[in-house]
Amino acid sequence: MRKYSENIMKAVFLTAACVSIIAVILICVFLFASGVPAIKEIGAADFLFGTAWKPGQDLYGIFPMIIGSVYVTAGAVIVGVPIGLLCAVFMARYCPKGLYRILKPAVDLLAGIPSIVYGFFGLMVIVPMVQDTLGGSGKCLLTSAVLLGIMILPTIISVSESNIRAVPEYYYEGSLALGATRERSIFRAVLPAAKMGILAGIILGIGRAIGETMAVVMVCGNQAIMPQGITMGVRTLTANIVLEMGYASGLHREALIATAVVLFVFILIINLSFTALKRRAD
Amino acid sequence: MKKRKKFDFGEFWNMYRRKPGSLAVLILVLLSAAATVGVLFSLIIYILVNGISHLKPELFAWEFNTDNMSMMPAIVSTVYMIVLSLLMAVPVGIFSAIYLVEYARRGSRLVKVIRTTTETLQGIPSIVYGLFGYILFVITLGWSYSLIAGAVTLAIMILPLIIRTTEEALMSVPDSYREGSFGLGAGKLYTVFKLILPCAVPGILAGVILAIGRIVGESAALIFTAGTVAQVPSSLFDSARTLSVHMYALLSEGLYTDEAYATAVVLLVLVIIINALSGMIAKKLATR
Repeated sequence: MRKYSENIMKAVFLTAACVSIIAVILICVFLFASGVPAIKEIGAADFLFGTAWKPGQDLYGIFPMIIGSVYVTAGAVIVGVPIGLLCAVFMARYCPKGLYRILKPAVDLLAGIPSIVYGFFGLMVIVPMVQDTLGGSGKCLLTSAVLLGIMILPTIISVSESNIRAVPEYYYEGSLALGATRERSIFRAVLPAAKMGILAGIILGIGRAIGETMAVVMVCGNQAIMPQGITMGVRTLTANIVLEMGYASGLHREALIATAVVLFVFILIINLSFTALKRRAD
Repeated sequence: MKKRKKFDFGEFWNMYRRKPGSLAVLILVLLSAAATVGVLFSLIIYILVNGISHLKPELFAWEFNTDNMSMMPAIVSTVYMIVLSLLMAVPVGIFSAIYLVEYARRGSRLVKVIRTTTETLQGIPSIVYGLFGYILFVITLGWSYSLIAGAVTLAIMILPLIIRTTEEALMSVPDSYREGSFGLGAGKLYTVFKLILPCAVPGILAGVILAIGRIVGESAALIFTAGTVAQVPSSLFDSARTLSVHMYALLSEGLYTDEAYATAVVLLVLVIIINALSGMIAKKLATR
């Protein structure tokens, strides 16, 4: 009897463990099955490299959105990575214990704030600030980059911090003993040793930034044209989906699902490189 | 206890006088940390200062109408959504973690595949989850915009989080517990449920609380699965908007900035409470 229930429960556990495999397969199958026919109908080249997105005239080129996503993400990395990395250095090497007890929960909270709240904050605070200093509408590439840079901070900080902490202490001490300053020891001896892990964190941050939807859609301006400059509006892949899915039908709707397929492929590539890097870091 | 060394400016000056580069780097490091904390506090203070005055009693009226724009139905729907998603994700997540830690051979091919898929699930953006839920549950299965379609989508989304935290909790239970239990003649199942799981409960709980935080903050995955109806749902197949979706709806209509401020305050307070709870549990774990 006991043997019997042991075996049944083992099967139950195994089934539960397979749920995530099934989920990934379902997501792939349903996304590709609904999106790929649209890409075929529009033509892969016209879809991926067409510069005109005019659903009213049956023009579905998502190149402006791909470029928009790439620019916004690159901007987020430029804003978020230096600050995040330096903050991680502070937390791992400088921070007194008492301060750490405030700083660590603060970073965790930064990760927990809903993206819609970030978007609202961006709309109410960062947009007017950019508007006043640089003119224009304020809803632009720069604003989105700053907001996303803030949003990826916790990811960059926590991954970098744990990787910096994982570097053996004698790297630092050895460098100090050779007469280097504290800063030189950290940045020339400790950080290079944590390089791979930090890079993995940055890639994770890139994944977050490229997939972020609700915050970006509030502040990026959403013009479906090629980005004209950092103070001009852009539209990302994610924004394209969320803006038009509500009322789209027919080929238009399928084109939006195909947009999600492109985004999904980007994310898969980013994930793969993250996993590969993490393996090398470990 | 060692007395803390007092900051000595002279010593500091001697150290950095000839190393302007190092001093500059130090200043940058300090500025970055200050900027990170500064951004967080300015966000919280900004939302609270501007939002608290908009928290009016009619915003918490039981019935929603376009006059009061009440967020009460959205709060109720959020609770429904949390309960439903957790009901699905927590058992599956815990069971699969049990399989991974207690049953599977370490490093077997299946384990590797499961690891890869959970990592993939973790990286998928919420809007992609939303479209997937829309295609599968709303259209293919014909559930239309509904509580259940949103809950299943969210359950898949939080599954990797539950699996990972449960795995870590199970692995932190010392092997001597297992050996002792087997040595006394207990079966594997008994050992897992009566001995190992109870020890892992705090760790699992911290993960579940984090998952609740993600559900509360989620909006992109819900708009196209649970829809945006602002009433309290009366069945699983009714559309419902959670608090985050409610805030998005208020903002996209563009007329309800005051109400959006108030909703932001409620969301922010919820998230702060959730984070504090999970932090407290984690701290308890660390001191154990």
